[in-house]
Formats: sequence, C-alpha cells, structure tokens
Amino acid sequence: MSKNHRLNELYLSIPPILWLIFFFLIPAILIIAFAFKPFDIYGTVTSGWTSTTFYGLFNLRFVTIFWQTLWISVLTTIVTLSLSLPIGYFLARTTPFLRHICLLLVVIPFWSSFLIRIFAWKSLLHPEGFLKKMLVSLQIIAPDTLLLYNSGAVLLVLVYSYLPFGILPIYASASKFNFQLTEAALDLGCSKVQAFFKVFVPGIRVGILSAILMVFIPTIGAYVIPDVVGGTDSEMIGNKIAQKILVDRNLPEASALSALLAVVVLFPVTIFIMLFSQTNKNTLSNTRGKQ
Amino acid sequence: MAESIIFENVSKKYGNVQALDNVSFAVEKGQFFSLLGPSGCGKTTLLRIVAGFETPDSGRVLLDNIDITHLPPNKRPVNTVFQNYALFPHLNVWENIAFGLRIKKLPVTEIEYEVERMLQLIQMEDQAHKMPDQISGGQKQRVAIARALVNKPRVLLLDEPLAALDLKLRQKMLLELDSIHDEVGITFLFVTHDQTEAMAVSDQIAVFRHGKIEQIGNPMELYESPKSSFVAAFIGDTNFLDGIVGEKVDNEYIKLILDDFPDVLCFNDKQLNLNDLVHLSIRPEKIQISSEKPAESHFSNIFQGVVEDIVYKGDHTKFWVRIGEHRIAVSQQHSRFLLDHKRVSWKDTVWLYWHADDGFMLERYSASDENLTEIPSEKIGDFDENENGYLDNPEFREE
Repeated sequence: MSKNHRLNELYLSIPPILWLIFFFLIPAILIIAFAFKPFDIYGTVTSGWTSTTFYGLFNLRFVTIFWQTLWISVLTTIVTLSLSLPIGYFLARTTPFLRHICLLLVVIPFWSSFLIRIFAWKSLLHPEGFLKKMLVSLQIIAPDTLLLYNSGAVLLVLVYSYLPFGILPIYASASKFNFQLTEAALDLGCSKVQAFFKVFVPGIRVGILSAILMVFIPTIGAYVIPDVVGGTDSEMIGNKIAQKILVDRNLPEASALSALLAVVVLFPVTIFIMLFSQTNKNTLSNTRGKQ
Repeated sequence: MAESIIFENVSKKYGNVQALDNVSFAVEKGQFFSLLGPSGCGKTTLLRIVAGFETPDSGRVLLDNIDITHLPPNKRPVNTVFQNYALFPHLNVWENIAFGLRIKKLPVTEIEYEVERMLQLIQMEDQAHKMPDQISGGQKQRVAIARALVNKPRVLLLDEPLAALDLKLRQKMLLELDSIHDEVGITFLFVTHDQTEAMAVSDQIAVFRHGKIEQIGNPMELYESPKSSFVAAFIGDTNFLDGIVGEKVDNEYIKLILDDFPDVLCFNDKQLNLNDLVHLSIRPEKIQISSEKPAESHFSNIFQGVVEDIVYKGDHTKFWVRIGEHRIAVSQQHSRFLLDHKRVSWKDTVWLYWHADDGFMLERYSASDENLTEIPSEKIGDFDENENGYLDNPEFREE
C-alpha cells in the first residue's frame, strides 16, 4: 500500500476515533475513576483514592441483585429468541404483501415513546386494568392474582420491548437463507421440525447471534421497566445504579456497580464475538487457500 | 421390464398457468429417463411432484406400483439432486453425505461404511473434510449426487444438475453421471432443457411443451423421426419448408409442391394423400453442398442457390444458402475428399443436394401452424454457451 493511501485512511478514521474518545473512552475512564474515589456521608466526592467501595459490593445484597438481573436477562433472551425464530421464519416465507404488513406491525411500536408503552402496560396489568379484568371474567386467573409488580410483569414487558430487536436480525438472516436447503433436508428424510432445527437454524446462526446480543445487552442494563412494572423481588442492577445516583447521591458506589455490570456484559459478549470471528476467520483463510 | 414410475393423468395448475395437462406415461426400472423441454414446459413441476414438493391437482403417481401422490417428501424412497446443489453450508462434505443416514439413525459404523463407499464412487476421499464453499462446482455436483445416492433411493431425481457448470465440465459430468447410472442401476429421472445433454445419456426422452408430452422415444427416434415440428426443431437444427403433396412417385415416394421452392422428392412414410398440407423438415447435416453439380440420381434432390453466410465452427462449417425466398442451413463436416472441389465461399453459387429419404414430412394442421412461430426464440442457443442463463448464474461465476 502506498504512503498516500495510508495517510488518506488515517484522515478518514479521525472522526470516528474522536467520537469514541469523547463519548466512550473518557466517560468509561471517569466511571472507573469515580469507583475508586472516597466520599463523605452527604455523598460529596472527596480527594484521594480508595478501594473500599469495590469491596463493599461483594455482599449478599448485591450478589442477589446481580444474580436476579442475570437470570431475568437470560430468561428474556430465551423467550424472545424462541418467539423471534418462528416469526422470522414466517416473515421470510410468506407472501410479500403479508410480509410488509407484518414487518410494519413489528416496527410500529417504535413510533411511540418507549416510556409511554411501558406505562401502557402498567395500566393494562393494573388490578383495575383492562387485561386483568378480562382474564378474571374469563376465569383464567383468580381475582386476587397480581399481574403487576412482580418479576413475571418485568419479564413480559422486557420481552415485549425487545422482541423487535430479536425479530429483525433473524428476519434479515432468514430472508437471505436459501430455502432449497430445507427442501433438500425434507428430501433426505427430515420431518419439517427436523429440517427447521438441523438446517434452517444453523443456516441463520449469524442472525441468531446478533439477536441474542441485541436483546441480552439492553436487558441486563434495563432499569425503567423493572422500576415501573416490577416489585421488590424483581429489582435489577440498573435500578440499583439509578437509586445510588438519584436517591443516595452516592456516585462512587454507582460507578463501581456500573463498572461491574460492564464486566458482566462484556464477558459473555467477548466470548461470543471471539468464537464467532474464529469461525469467520477459518472460512476466510480457507477461501484464500483455495485461490 | 417392470415400471418404476407411472404417471396417471397428472394435472397441475398455478393460477392461470396449466403447468401439467393430463400427463400420463411410465418410466421403466433402471432407465435413464429425461424430461426435456423449454423453460416453463412443466418438466420441473413433474419432478417436484415425484419428489413430493408439489401435489398434483388431479391424477396419481405410482412408484413401484404404490400410490405416492400424497406422501410427504421425507416418506418417499426417492432423492433429489438439486439444480444449485443445495449442499448444507454448515456441514463438511462427509457430513453432507451422511446427513440422510443420520436422520435415519443408522448405526455409526454403517454410516461410516456407506459414506466412505460413496466418497470412493465420486472419487473425493481426500476432500471429505472440506466445507462446500471450498470445493469446485463439479465437486459440489458430485457431492450432491453422493448425498442423494447414499440413501439408496429407488429413483434418483436430477433437476437440471449440470446447468450451473461450464461447457467442458458439463460434458465431463455428463459422462460421469452416465457411468454412475450404470454402476448403481436405479432409475434416473433427469430434467433438462438442453437437448444435447438429454441425447447423450438418455435411454428414453419425454419432450414436454406447454405441460403436455409432445413425444416419448429414445434419442434416435426423436431425432430421426420426430412426430411434430416442435420436436423436430427442438431436438437438433432443421430447415422447414411448407407445401402440399403433389404427385406420387413409385408408390413409396411423393413429389412435394412447396411454397416458393422447387419441387422436392420425399419418402412417403406417413402415407399422405394428394393435396395434404405438410411441413418438410430437412436436417442441415443431411444436405451436401458443392460448387460443382453432382451426378443426378433417381432419389436425389438437387438445387442451386447462393451462399449468404458462412460460420466456421471448427469441427464443421455452417452455411446459409438462399434458394428463392428460403435460407437453407447446411452443415458440412470437413473432410479431405472435398479438397478436390473448389472451396465454397461467400456469394458463391452452389449446389445443394440430399437423398429423398433424408427429408421427413410432418403434418401441418393449418396453413399457419403455430408450432413454428415460437421456435426461433427457443432456439437462440445455437451457440451452446449462451443457452439459458449459464452466464448469469452466480454459482458459475465462482468457478
């Protein structure tokens, strides 16, 4: 590559690098730095450094919340994925007309505010709400069943909110999938269900992986949803962070929690991406070997 | 010999298009049977009906005398080789071939034995652990065949299996296909739009047109005695001349009075009567061309014309000679004996001649037989490599 070329490339990459420095690197460093700052009882950050805040996180209270957050996020991801797969398959196979209608239905919720939609769920699930009353009158649930302020409500609204993020990447992969392959699978003796799992699912694994990341990452950091529809048993780590900042005015502890959360998110994501680029690299080097 | 597949009055409609119109025929066991026709003639639909991907609107399909019309594809003892191979991209060659056996839950040792045997048959033992995107088009094709054959189907269905390969490779794969057929001995049902492919390997060919069978026969029957103008034009090249039956000559021959062409003597194998309307079809390679007048004989047709075009094609030369309003295509192989004559060149006045037995007459139902109006568009593929989109196939570009 000529020197000129390399210079041009450098110039072109300056804006994104600046962007990342100002809006990702510096804030990240600030958060980590704050986690090691001492503070007084009024929440004012004082000078000097300390690691007591971090050690303070390793008590049962925080471990339980971390565990609960992880559990709800994994469950949300699993439920969302198991709904997205058949929906994505249907979207890819159906007639163009129906596909457009259904894609519109998937996207329409984004036209209204995220907060409004969550409050809508709150009034739906409310003891005096429409959904609750209907289910009771249909005798599906007992009148004293609580639909709101529990982890079930959090799971439901999380799945509702992030379902489009599961459907869209899977649909994008599925629409590129060669459905002659499922025909070949049927031809070779697969039932329709076998063909779906043995050929379709591996064929769209790129979409499945990005769907998992797209749902898991925002879910693990969710705080509005558990705050609005959750109860004491469904508090998530995002709530704790918000509470530390807004109520306790304890910036160092909030920073420490955030940093820990980032590690918890980064860990599985890095493994995912590494595994994934590994397979990609393999196929890449192999195609090179062919030439 | 017993029948392998029997089609009974099979019809299928897509919207307003009649893909198959009351098709009935039988394929004998062990035959290499081709379904030949232009695109959209219903041949692929018929194959998909055998595979179970489509259900006919009416009619039945029998496989070894068992009605399979409504069986799902995974319950049928047939396997398909798809047009673009449809190899599973996430599995290597070995696992692709083993796929069907794994679904059947055969013991591992048996799967290993069968897959190795197939790899030997297609001569790809050393490529077993490559992924489909790492092997060439011809190899993919072989794996697709092995993946189907390993299940020991009673019929192997081949859906334009060579269409995505380039010309040289296609010819090679065709021979391989033929030898695999000889080796495994099962019925092959082969869909193609390429008449040379079908001619080269088939025991029997069914020529399709507009969802109906025009003619079934072995390659020689179809070429030498086509039943319709469509078959005559679709299988090989030919010259058509319109006319009516004039006088009878020697009982067995007739003199044809043609539109804007001198009278032609022709063998009356169809027992036509005076004033019957006919198409006369005469294949280009049956016509001799010479710059010197040939010796007259009782059975020869000799005409004089002017050379308008010459296309040199290596193994033969194609001439277009104008006689009256007609352009007659003549194909001439190069042989040393002709060097005595002056070489024919452009604008030369030449003599064309053929034996009365070499032309054949096809019935003409009306003065403007619709058969002929559509042929030119389908016969554009005079130069093989241009035929039906090999070039715009992405698989081909990869090669």
